[in-house]
Amino acid sequence: MKKLLSTATAFALLAGAAHAEGKLSVYHWFEYIPQELVDKFTAETGIEVTIDTYDSNESMLAALKAGKLGQYDVAVPGDYMVEIMAKEGLLDSFAPADLPNFGNIAPEWVDVPFDPGRKSSIPYQWGSTAFSVNRDVYQGDINTLAMIFDPPAELQGKINVLDSQGEVLALGSIYLGIPQCSTDKEQLKALNDMLINAKQHWASFGSDTAKDVLVSGDAAAGMIYNGFSAKARAEGANVEYAYPKEGFVVWMDNVVLLKDAPNRDNALKFMNFLLDPENVAAVTNYAAYTSGVAGVEPFLDEAIKSSPENNPPADAPKGSFIQVCDQETQTLYDAIWTNLKK
Amino acid sequence: MKGVRHYPGFLTMAVACLVILYAPLIVVTVYSFNASTSITTWGGFSWRWYGDVFTGPEAPRFKAAAWNSITIAVLAASAATTIAVAASLAMIRGGRFRGKSATFALINLPLMVPEIVTAVATLIFFSAIGLVTGYMTILIAHIVFCIPFAYLPITARLQGIEDSYEQAARDLYATQWQAFRLVLLPLMLPGVISGFLLAFIISLDDFIITNFVKGAGMETLPTAIFGSVKQGIKPNIMAISTMMLAVSVLFVTLSYLVNRIGQRTRS
Amino acid sequence: MAGLTPSGQGNGSGYRRIVAPLLLPTWLMIGIFLVLPVLLMAIYSFLTKEFRGGVIWDFTLASYDQFFLNRGLFGDEPPVIEWTYITIFWRSIWQAAVATLICLAIGFPTAWFIATRPPRSRAIWLFLITIPYWVNLLIRTVSLKFLIRDNGPLNEPLMALGLITDPLPLVNTNLAVQLGLFYSYLPFMVLPIYAAVERYNFALSEAAADLYASRWVTLWEIVLPVVKPGIIAGCILVFVPSLGAFLAPDLLGGAKTFMIGSLIDEQFRGSQGNWPFGAAAAMILMTLVLIVLMFYARAQAREGAR
Repeated sequence: MKKLLSTATAFALLAGAAHAEGKLSVYHWFEYIPQELVDKFTAETGIEVTIDTYDSNESMLAALKAGKLGQYDVAVPGDYMVEIMAKEGLLDSFAPADLPNFGNIAPEWVDVPFDPGRKSSIPYQWGSTAFSVNRDVYQGDINTLAMIFDPPAELQGKINVLDSQGEVLALGSIYLGIPQCSTDKEQLKALNDMLINAKQHWASFGSDTAKDVLVSGDAAAGMIYNGFSAKARAEGANVEYAYPKEGFVVWMDNVVLLKDAPNRDNALKFMNFLLDPENVAAVTNYAAYTSGVAGVEPFLDEAIKSSPENNPPADAPKGSFIQVCDQETQTLYDAIWTNLKK
Repeated sequence: MKGVRHYPGFLTMAVACLVILYAPLIVVTVYSFNASTSITTWGGFSWRWYGDVFTGPEAPRFKAAAWNSITIAVLAASAATTIAVAASLAMIRGGRFRGKSATFALINLPLMVPEIVTAVATLIFFSAIGLVTGYMTILIAHIVFCIPFAYLPITARLQGIEDSYEQAARDLYATQWQAFRLVLLPLMLPGVISGFLLAFIISLDDFIITNFVKGAGMETLPTAIFGSVKQGIKPNIMAISTMMLAVSVLFVTLSYLVNRIGQRTRS
Repeated sequence: MAGLTPSGQGNGSGYRRIVAPLLLPTWLMIGIFLVLPVLLMAIYSFLTKEFRGGVIWDFTLASYDQFFLNRGLFGDEPPVIEWTYITIFWRSIWQAAVATLICLAIGFPTAWFIATRPPRSRAIWLFLITIPYWVNLLIRTVSLKFLIRDNGPLNEPLMALGLITDPLPLVNTNLAVQLGLFYSYLPFMVLPIYAAVERYNFALSEAAADLYASRWVTLWEIVLPVVKPGIIAGCILVFVPSLGAFLAPDLLGGAKTFMIGSLIDEQFRGSQGNWPFGAAAAMILMTLVLIVLMFYARAQAREGAR
């Protein structure tokens, strides 16, 4: 065993991960930050940025819990994941004074339910999750979740839903008008039955392909993120993004300060950098979502500013975040999802 | 007596096999020249995505990813093939020994464990023994899961080779090493090549395990590709794929030409 | 028959003495970097789940209980057999088996064809089979899906020619799942069989033909026993990984139902975050595969002893 350990140490030295001064290690989605912006940060501060990527909130959580914590300074989890990571003790906190630009955060995004008062996170980009309908196939009113859960004949068998438990169950609950973390037997049975009944009208589950199936015409309607739907439209699909009257899901990606960050000070500099309106506007222009920083408008591309996906109609309801349930309740929702896909 | 090698329909099947394998690649190649950002609707011909791959802001990262992928695949496949050759000699020529069945199970273990389980377990293990994730950890993980892919074709080949050839060599006072290198290895070569190729492509394609055991700043092509789907697959991925194809075709053509020239000079 | 089968086993030519050094690299690499982690997972399957991933070191049978027993949505009903996971396992086994058969049906003739080419062009053919795999699985699969979709390049010409009136329903069907598995693993069938057929002595076929055996009788009675190791290796390399695969089949098949792989993946990388249950499902899967492989190893050992 001793020999094994010393071999391991030798390997560790070989792999060499010394976090010297002037470095920053970012755990991020791939292609979710323009390289020019990272270069600008390096030019301004002299800090060398290393980016590692993940492909879903949950796989980031699993990797951090399996031992990657301590390698990265900042990560970019979604709203509910910020709350989960905080509960898991994976986040470090900072004082507003640590970030000179803290005051730039748009007021409505300071006291967010997943991180009240912004102790460990700052806003990155936000958007909504609902669905889009191909207007060549269906011309009626689409602003209801019934398009997905009780679809009209034209759309039956041509629907793609996201392959994501959180989003499907949250939208299902919103459609039925029940709370997201219900423990009521009747409500949960109703949700379970409604989903199983709706599934017969669905063609496929897919998150990565949510845009492509709409563009290719494989699906006539599909659950999708607003920015993704804007891209589908830009690629020529005659799709309209719906703001369902029952409500929809909003999400926000956030830059968090990780616990055991090897370069905590540089991480704070980076977060401060991303609270500068001009800098974060570059991300928005790149990713086509919406920033949570006040004063970005002058720096935004016209197409982004005016896109119907980013500007809900005046009568649209307020969206809701995916809620984080306690363990016992979550087990019930896990069972419903497994039951749906068995 | 031409008949015994020929079976009606086998040619058709081989052609069908190639058509199935290559048809999707035509789509990949065609859409890498798409002027629009879509991978499903055609927007006219353009070189734009190739320019993007070489000079775009992500260019250095894609280059690094491609380089990592190819070097890891070559190193991992070579190591796994070497290990597998040794293992197959012991398993097929070593007679009966204690623990043979257990060893057989051990060799096939990487096939049996679902990838995500290997990924999480390996990462936990690496961090428990203090290995920092990086190039080295990816390489180790790849060698391990490549072993059965190299071992099975090599063994399938070795089982068909009688040991009378080596016995003859030994009778002529060849050492065991000489008998292996000059007699057995050339006979095994088709199996060894098959094993190497399978190990190579399985390493080149791996996403789930690599995604967990890679470290900060390390990217392979699959992790870059899977990571980018959050923004939708763009034709730049098609362009990279097409270039990977071009590189592989270039390799094959070169090795074929070298082979031919070698044969011509010999004769 | 045994006389016809060149069996290199057991006679040895000096390799018996060095079995241990030959196997040492394998034992070390797999033993340290896979067996130890997998043992850890085996232990995890008996631990209590930590909410949202991770484990708590309290031993329990909860994961296996969840797998085999159904206590109702709220856990307050008398336990009955849980069919959910057994169904998922059975479906995956069935899909993998069909995919293996399709691979065999196309792979064997292809391997045979390659092995009967002149020696110089054989290497080229092997590369031809593996070149497509330089393109990432995700991209290959998305492109394949593009081809077989309802108004794709496969269906449209057929409809234009009037051969079919409605598009062939391929995407999002069970057939598409099998196609996805088949497409992921085809070379893993072709190459081992090639390695075995290449060694086949065609004089045996000629002798059989002289004795008025038909082609197909020769194939079945004489060729097959000789190339059997290659076929078995190919089947293992396609079937076993297919059991845990889900990416390509999900993309083509629509992911409407779990496969073993996606079920386990959901426990680690999905929102369920139930590591012990994922570990338990993996252990059950590995036990099933191990039983099958052990039967094969035993049979091989018996053959070798003959």
